[in-house]
Amino acid sequence: MDKQARSADPLRPADHVDGVAAATPVEGVTSPALGFVGWMRWGWRQLTSMRTALVLLLLLAIAAIPGSLVPQRTADPNGVVEYLRNYPELGGFLEKIGMFDVYSSPWFSAIYILLFVSLIGCVLPRTKHHWQALRSRPPRTPARLSRLADFRERDWVLGGAEGGGDAGTGTAGAEGDAVAAASRAIDLAQSQLRASGYRVERYDARGSFSVSAERGYLRETGNLVFHGALVGVLVAVGISGGFSYTGQRVVIEGTSFTNTLLDYSSFNPGRFVDTDNLPLYSLTLDEFEVEYEVENENAIGQAGSFVAHVSTQHPGEEPKKDSVRVNVPLSIDGNKIYLLGNGYAPTITVRDADGNVVFHDDVAFLPQDNNMTSLGIVKVPDGLATQIGLVGFFYPTAAELDSGALTSSFPALVSPRLTLDVYEGDLGIDDGVPRSVYALDTSDMTKLTGRTTDVASLQIDPGQTVDLPNGLGTVTFESQTPDAPNPLKSVKRFASLQVHHDDSATWVLVFALLSLAGLLTALFVPRRRMWVKATPDATGTGVHLEYAALARGDDPTLAAAVEAVERTHIESLGLEPREPRESKTP
Amino acid sequence: MPNALSLDDVSVLLIWTAVVLYALAFIAYALDLGARSAAAVDTKDAAARGATSRKRELVGAAAGAGTATGSVSIEFGDAVTPTTAAPPNRTAGTGRAGAGRAGSVEGGAKDGASTTKRFVMARIGTSLMVLAFVMHLAGTITRGIAAGRVPWSNMYEFAMTGTLMIVLVYLVVLIRYDLRFLGTLISGLAVVLLGGSAVTFYVQVVPLADPLRSVWLVIHVFVASLSTAFFALAFGLSVLQLMQSRRERLALLPDSKPLARGLRFLRTLPGADVLESLAYRFAIIGFAFWTFTLIAGSIWAQDAWGRYWGFDTKEVWTFVIWVLYAGYIHARATRGWRGNRSAWLSIIGFTAVLFNFTIVNMFFKGLHAYSGLT
Ligand code: HEM
Repeated sequence: MDKQARSADPLRPADHVDGVAAATPVEGVTSPALGFVGWMRWGWRQLTSMRTALVLLLLLAIAAIPGSLVPQRTADPNGVVEYLRNYPELGGFLEKIGMFDVYSSPWFSAIYILLFVSLIGCVLPRTKHHWQALRSRPPRTPARLSRLADFRERDWVLGGAEGGGDAGTGTAGAEGDAVAAASRAIDLAQSQLRASGYRVERYDARGSFSVSAERGYLRETGNLVFHGALVGVLVAVGISGGFSYTGQRVVIEGTSFTNTLLDYSSFNPGRFVDTDNLPLYSLTLDEFEVEYEVENENAIGQAGSFVAHVSTQHPGEEPKKDSVRVNVPLSIDGNKIYLLGNGYAPTITVRDADGNVVFHDDVAFLPQDNNMTSLGIVKVPDGLATQIGLVGFFYPTAAELDSGALTSSFPALVSPRLTLDVYEGDLGIDDGVPRSVYALDTSDMTKLTGRTTDVASLQIDPGQTVDLPNGLGTVTFESQTPDAPNPLKSVKRFASLQVHHDDSATWVLVFALLSLAGLLTALFVPRRRMWVKATPDATGTGVHLEYAALARGDDPTLAAAVEAVERTHIESLGLEPREPRESKTP
Repeated sequence: MPNALSLDDVSVLLIWTAVVLYALAFIAYALDLGARSAAAVDTKDAAARGATSRKRELVGAAAGAGTATGSVSIEFGDAVTPTTAAPPNRTAGTGRAGAGRAGSVEGGAKDGASTTKRFVMARIGTSLMVLAFVMHLAGTITRGIAAGRVPWSNMYEFAMTGTLMIVLVYLVVLIRYDLRFLGTLISGLAVVLLGGSAVTFYVQVVPLADPLRSVWLVIHVFVASLSTAFFALAFGLSVLQLMQSRRERLALLPDSKPLARGLRFLRTLPGADVLESLAYRFAIIGFAFWTFTLIAGSIWAQDAWGRYWGFDTKEVWTFVIWVLYAGYIHARATRGWRGNRSAWLSIIGFTAVLFNFTIVNMFFKGLHAYSGLT
């Protein structure tokens, strides 16, 4: 292949299968004094070689696996805590080597950063080269086309009704006729090839005419777009971390939350998020709706069709009705609000012995099983003779087990009941250490009711009030339908919402789709060269026609393509399409 | 409905019928391979010598044959081509006549009789396969109707639809390429996956969990099954490629010992290069679909869980598979890696796919915990 032909080829790393062996860098053995620049260059070539890319890809695949075997902090923080508790020694070791944060560990990062450095180092020179190739001419027609695997030929006998008929007569002009016919045939081939998307170039020499054609530059373009877009995905993901935030918040029916830092129960902002200036809106949970399966015997009680009916409001504007569903987040001010969970939030009032209210609130109880047996905590720090804590179980459809213990037999509110164990003592909340509202530290407290004491747990139905032990006061389980008792509506629900802001997601998607488009182009657009050559024979009575093609890369349709070019060409020359294998005898 | 068969019962019956038919197809295909071995017994294993010149003849022959229209079946040469892969359709013949001609060009490696004999079993196998497929399809559709949704929403149904896709792709590909030598693998896979899941994963129809009620369930999971099917074909071809390349290597040794009888059928199969380029072609189609699966999954995750990517188990494995196949594609383009090494990558890739397939089960349990909604 001559120099020009090569320059039209995509530039490949030296160890690409299509690479030119001579271009392989001379390695250390033969050149003892590489020098600093030499070594740098050598190292760079190694880093941007196909082999390195391949090894790094395989390493990446292997390195990603542990993250699926060991719980990850980002995906499953509780899993990590549990793992560390169950296997303290192994866990400690795994912790040290970053196994709980695989995807941000130094070793994982090293692999993908190297891979992307290699990628950029590979793609940049190729892009430059391809840019030039896009404007270069198709390569010279090889001297002996018959050497190519996909080669076809035939003889075109002039005279009679056939193509050369309009030329002059007589033997003297015969040679000239053949030359004219050959030239005309190549003109024709040239326009046909151009029409079918080839870039064409004439290479007429003494004694023969030929057209050289090339198509499929898009293949390399696609490859470069694919690899480039992968960089885009990575960059978009990287940047997104800095500007995105995620917050969580439990909202009980009838209550609201405002999109400010203070109003979240947990909030993870990226480095560049201005947490003082979050878009200001508020959201009220009007009603939470859920359906439970009652017909399909195999799925009794299965919950579905969750909807949080909400009102959103901007300062100084009218509230707007909207909803949050599973798979259908609510979009507002560039935030997306997702429904993560739900549960019951019984309204509980505690009064002291004189009947003064010392606690009144809706308390979110966290579901513990599919029938919504739920666990909740009430802390009453002030107003009573001592601090008390209540550990409660809520059963939406209370049923008694043989053992006498309660359970819930259906997730909806059929026969709701609340049981409470009372602790008194030090709640441990006065020392300023933040405590979870969902946990009660009983280390400094005494249990007054429930198992291990001789007083039964308090059992309360909606609307009922019972006495606390030791004359401390009373507890009321408020019904939401005090006037017309209706268990189905008697207890409030809550929705656990996640607010997420991530502008980069769109960019990630755009780059991902771009890379998919590039991939399809790179894999399925054939790149090939095609040559048609016409040689007038010495006697002037005929023209020898040759057709040949060469695939660049994998191209299963090459043979068919040559054949199609030949057929079109021959038919337009007015030649009979021939029977298979007529001119070529094995 | 105490006495009547429910739709789901009908589906189960159809699926079991399909399993039995697949098993029969497996037997027929296995007999076909046996017949191939027998046909190869008399053949001298000197294919490597003079292969290049013979390849030329094949090209010439095929060039002519290619013009004919109608259903094109492909007969592979026994030629060992030391150069780059020769795409198999260069040796395209036209139906049986073409096949016969290609055979004769090869210098009588297979006489007509053995060719026909071999075809009988393979044909029976394929017919059984088509029949099984129809039952399988009907079983899948009735399951879908019984459930009132797409029949790919739990482990049992994934296996059902996934296997259906594998068989479908195999049968469709058969129209263009004679890959019946893969029949044992495909029918075997169908028996194991479909039968196995009917035994172990069967669940009755239950309503979809909320997070699954999404158009992405339809698209994402379906395309994933489709790419699995292409990976499966690539896997089978890569396995054969490795066996074939070993045979070719041994055949080139001057004092090569005759191969075990069971492997003689390899002589009637295309050369390792041809197998490799076919495997590659299926793998890249699979890869393109898989890339889409990955993107669609992220879009779904963004809607369902509020983040497009979270490295949860299922996501990790989807990613690992994607990277493995990217590695495979690179390997094919890397000097020193084309050939056996890249074939191993294709095999490892498909192993990961199967692994992921079983992990899916755990994943969907995980999803319940994720959403916290049930
Ligand atoms: C994130 C890392 C990478 C991934 C996921 C990846 C993936 C792929 C895929 C899927 C293809 C096939 C599509 C096509 O032909 O365009 C491909 C081809 C290619 N890649 Fe990469 N690649 C990566 C990094 C690299 C690097 C670092 C290099 C440079 C050394 C490289 C060089 C190439 C070349 C030259 C081809 C064309 C192969 C051929 O001729 O068939 N890639 N890559």
